[in-house]
Amino acid sequence: MADSPSDVVALTAAQAADAVRARELSASEVFDVYRRRAEADDLNAFLSLAEPASPSTDSDAPLAGVPLAVKDIFCVEGVASTAASKILEGYRPPYTATVVERLAAAGAPMLGKTNMDEFAMGSSNENSPYGAVRNPWNRERVPGGSSGGSAAAVAAGLAPWSIGTDTGGSVRQPAALCGLVGLKPTYGSVSRYGMIAFASSFDQAGPITRDVTDAALLYRHMVGRDPCDSTSLDHREAIALPAGDRLDGVRFGVPPQLAAEGEGIQAGVLEVFERAIERIEELGGSVEEVSLPHAEHGLAAYYVLAPAEASANLARYDGVRYGRRDGDGDLVSLYEQTRENGFGDEVKRRIMLGTYALSSGYYDAYYGRAQRVRTKIAEDFAAAFERVDLIVTPTSPSVAFRLGERTGDPLAMYMSDYCTVPMSLAGIPAISIPGGLSDGLPVGLQLAGPAFSENRLLEAAHAIELGIGFEGVPVGADGRGAGEAADA
Amino acid sequence: MIERDEVLHVARLARLRLSGEEIDRMARELSSVLDHIEKIGELDLTDVEPTSHAVPLENVLRPDEPRPSLTREEALAGAPDPLEGGFGVPSPGA
Amino acid sequence: MPEPAAERRYEPVIGLEIHVQLSTRTKMFCGCELSFGQEPNSRTCPVCLGHPGVLPVVNAEAVHYGLMIGLALDCRIAPRSLFHRKSYFYPDQAKNYQISQYDVPLARDGRLGDVRVHRAHLEEDAAKLVHAGASGRIHSASGSTVDFNRGGTPLVEIVTEPDLRSAAEAAEWLRLLRATLKRLGVSDVNMEEGSLRCDANVSIRPVGQATLGVKAELKNMNSFRFLQRGIEAEIVRQEELVRGGGEVTQDTLHFDPRTGALTSLRSKEEAHDYRYFPEPDLVPLAPTEPMLERARAALPELPAERAERLERELALSADTARLLAYRGELGDFFEAALAANGGATADGAADARTLASWVTVELVPRLGDREPADSPVTPDALAKLAGMVSSKAVSQSAAKQVLDAMAEQGGDPEQLVAERGLALAGADELGEIVDRAVASNPDAVEQVRSGNGKAIGAIVGAVMRETKGRADGGEVQRMIRERIGF
Repeated sequence: MADSPSDVVALTAAQAADAVRARELSASEVFDVYRRRAEADDLNAFLSLAEPASPSTDSDAPLAGVPLAVKDIFCVEGVASTAASKILEGYRPPYTATVVERLAAAGAPMLGKTNMDEFAMGSSNENSPYGAVRNPWNRERVPGGSSGGSAAAVAAGLAPWSIGTDTGGSVRQPAALCGLVGLKPTYGSVSRYGMIAFASSFDQAGPITRDVTDAALLYRHMVGRDPCDSTSLDHREAIALPAGDRLDGVRFGVPPQLAAEGEGIQAGVLEVFERAIERIEELGGSVEEVSLPHAEHGLAAYYVLAPAEASANLARYDGVRYGRRDGDGDLVSLYEQTRENGFGDEVKRRIMLGTYALSSGYYDAYYGRAQRVRTKIAEDFAAAFERVDLIVTPTSPSVAFRLGERTGDPLAMYMSDYCTVPMSLAGIPAISIPGGLSDGLPVGLQLAGPAFSENRLLEAAHAIELGIGFEGVPVGADGRGAGEAADA
Repeated sequence: MIERDEVLHVARLARLRLSGEEIDRMARELSSVLDHIEKIGELDLTDVEPTSHAVPLENVLRPDEPRPSLTREEALAGAPDPLEGGFGVPSPGA
Repeated sequence: MPEPAAERRYEPVIGLEIHVQLSTRTKMFCGCELSFGQEPNSRTCPVCLGHPGVLPVVNAEAVHYGLMIGLALDCRIAPRSLFHRKSYFYPDQAKNYQISQYDVPLARDGRLGDVRVHRAHLEEDAAKLVHAGASGRIHSASGSTVDFNRGGTPLVEIVTEPDLRSAAEAAEWLRLLRATLKRLGVSDVNMEEGSLRCDANVSIRPVGQATLGVKAELKNMNSFRFLQRGIEAEIVRQEELVRGGGEVTQDTLHFDPRTGALTSLRSKEEAHDYRYFPEPDLVPLAPTEPMLERARAALPELPAERAERLERELALSADTARLLAYRGELGDFFEAALAANGGATADGAADARTLASWVTVELVPRLGDREPADSPVTPDALAKLAGMVSSKAVSQSAAKQVLDAMAEQGGDPEQLVAERGLALAGADELGEIVDRAVASNPDAVEQVRSGNGKAIGAIVGAVMRETKGRADGGEVQRMIRERIGF
């Protein structure tokens, strides 16, 4: 049982769970190793760590006590849950998010709350009042967002696995930028109850993990209808842990609009993408071009619909019932100053955009049209899936960019979501897996399938993952190993 | 293009007290985003149904059975100004 | 050339907007029990408090009640209706948006009585904003507090077409609606308590003009009487304004029943932009055949049907039948009295028409503002009294005196008649009194004999005075004529 901490950290979550169940490892040992590493977090990935420092866990439970990093967007009873916003400073929910409860019941206690872009609005985790998160691959670069803290923590071995939320790409894109696996499930397959809402018809919780098997294991225990969420439904299939290493008979489609012809996709990213396509063919998969004619308008539609829903979802933050309160003593200033002081710039921008799109005279031109674009994009995917089983694209148009590089240009920042947003609009599942490196930085490969096709998605992703053989962030990258100084 | 006075109007609807500098910056940034968004105005979307719901569900209802409420203390925990058993606020129109 | 404004005839045009609190056990979107005077904020949860991360779930019974209301109002039930978010910032709105229904409501295009119902839809009630008491602390800027117990209570909003043409009509129609809803058992429909709230949209237009005038909205009048007076006052205000050369502007008004004053509620900010969009946290309602069947089966006999039945089965006049049926408690009282009679055919019992007349003509004015159930007069007692008149045990006028007493303090009519000595005089006693009256009014007798029939009134009057109402006027006249021989 006296494995060194680095031996423990070298195990994937599923491997650690197996070891605990086989009594080769104790759950408390696993928890302690990770807690110490998390305490030494110098990436700003964590906002808080769970107390008590050693929870009681069930070593025979499916997740065997392997601790989970939880994005601060999830409400946990009695624990500061702020969605990385000052407007919720001091807020401790009187209830726990269904997803967190289910995972805890399956044996995964919370390790800590991770940093994120405020209210999940961002693609770089630079929109946090608690400071930016750094990418363990290169500390001068962003980890992606909005689930940047979750991704950085897993990539640096500060947590064995994590959950984040994906609205337009916020699980997939940080996974891609940090060399991890990130799954955005079929909309509705995971309960949203207790997830602080950004855009209700897009938000989904998803795992960010080291490999596809870990993602499948977590998803299996997240999935299922919740009576507290009217938009949730049971999955049609039991979630299997993927096993195969071949892709024979699987038909893949590449939409040029989101690949070679895609807006702003870096040459290095395309190169890795093309090599991955070759690998898919070597593994027995067939690849053809499929058109998604409206995909290029996905970003525009998303940046009407998501901010519109957000503008209403964030109206409740007004200093009346919880959280921060400012004001001069009259009601108007209570609202206006609390919100002005409590929200960051990006959040204000999106509230303004959303309010504008819904306001009198503009609804049809913006909101109404965007809803129709959404229909067309869903139809495009449906047509494509008549010809292919899965769609494959790069996850992000670029590798991890430098801190500060895009903060002055909101539109440039929004472009990060270019390849991920169409799947969010259609509500279909999509997974990002590491495809390779470009200039030493990870490039993500995105696979998408029809609604409820997670099993096929995970199977294919697993085979490709084995075929590519991507190595995680090297210990000692950038001259340091995350957290190693603490237990050296 | 979104002009300054329109930004002010929207900020009022959204209950945001933007500073003068923010209003100008917001006008620029929003205009840039709206330029991109306006592209959807070019599409022919006649006869296309809007997607108002992301899941194909209907009639999701719950039985009319009481569930435990929070105690008054729990409800007021975290209230910025608990007052006489309620959430204290400045009077509207005061 | 059109007449000058000052000289035209104007007609009022009125539409009503009613909010009905449903009497389900729990709130519209969460499982908190509905509260009745509990201490503030003791019936709340993260959902109805608008906490981060919460989601609404629709109350099945509220939908059932909504369907019942839609069917009772003869509406078309939408095969698919949506919930919408209606955004506005106010302390009594936990999420700063209300979940309501917008352009695809549950029910539309119905009718009740003579008024068309435009729509009926489901939504949630706001919380209660209360003025803070004198205990207000110096350091607190808070002049009010919010109690979220009421927040989230299920409401049905009913909107009529502007088919009403007078304040009295409006009040009468509201009574009918209230009786209908009460009969359905879906709400307490108590205006004073706020489970039935009514706003009125009032405009005027020159008689003969088809287009509508600009309307003013009177908010939240909490009794039938105040509703009627408020609308009357607004009609007068608008007419005076227009006759004086002014124009009615769209406004929201509050009517103070004590002073009769109408004050504008319109805030200094611009009008609300509610920014409606479909509620993404809820899915559409598509009432299934079993749901509709269950709602239909739950409909009891409604006032309109009841009126028709009373007319048909009991030969009541249409007006009387409507009066009894549209004011549900009156109808209940009447039918209970009829049953106490042992039916309309028992010996010594008043027939249905007579009994109905006792209820509508004699009882109603003596009730004042009270509902029959709140007065000391019981259906049994009224039936007995009416029976006593029909069997000539007591005169009509004596019975009215008895009813006066009963309306004050209740009691048994037989006992009251005995106590006050109001029983009809027996034939012998009466005969003696008539003889004396005839004897002491020779001039009147002379006049009657010479053709002035009306002169008999003096003799009748003398008898009535002496019997103090214990005689039946018709019988007295007959006896007098007998003695006179005319």
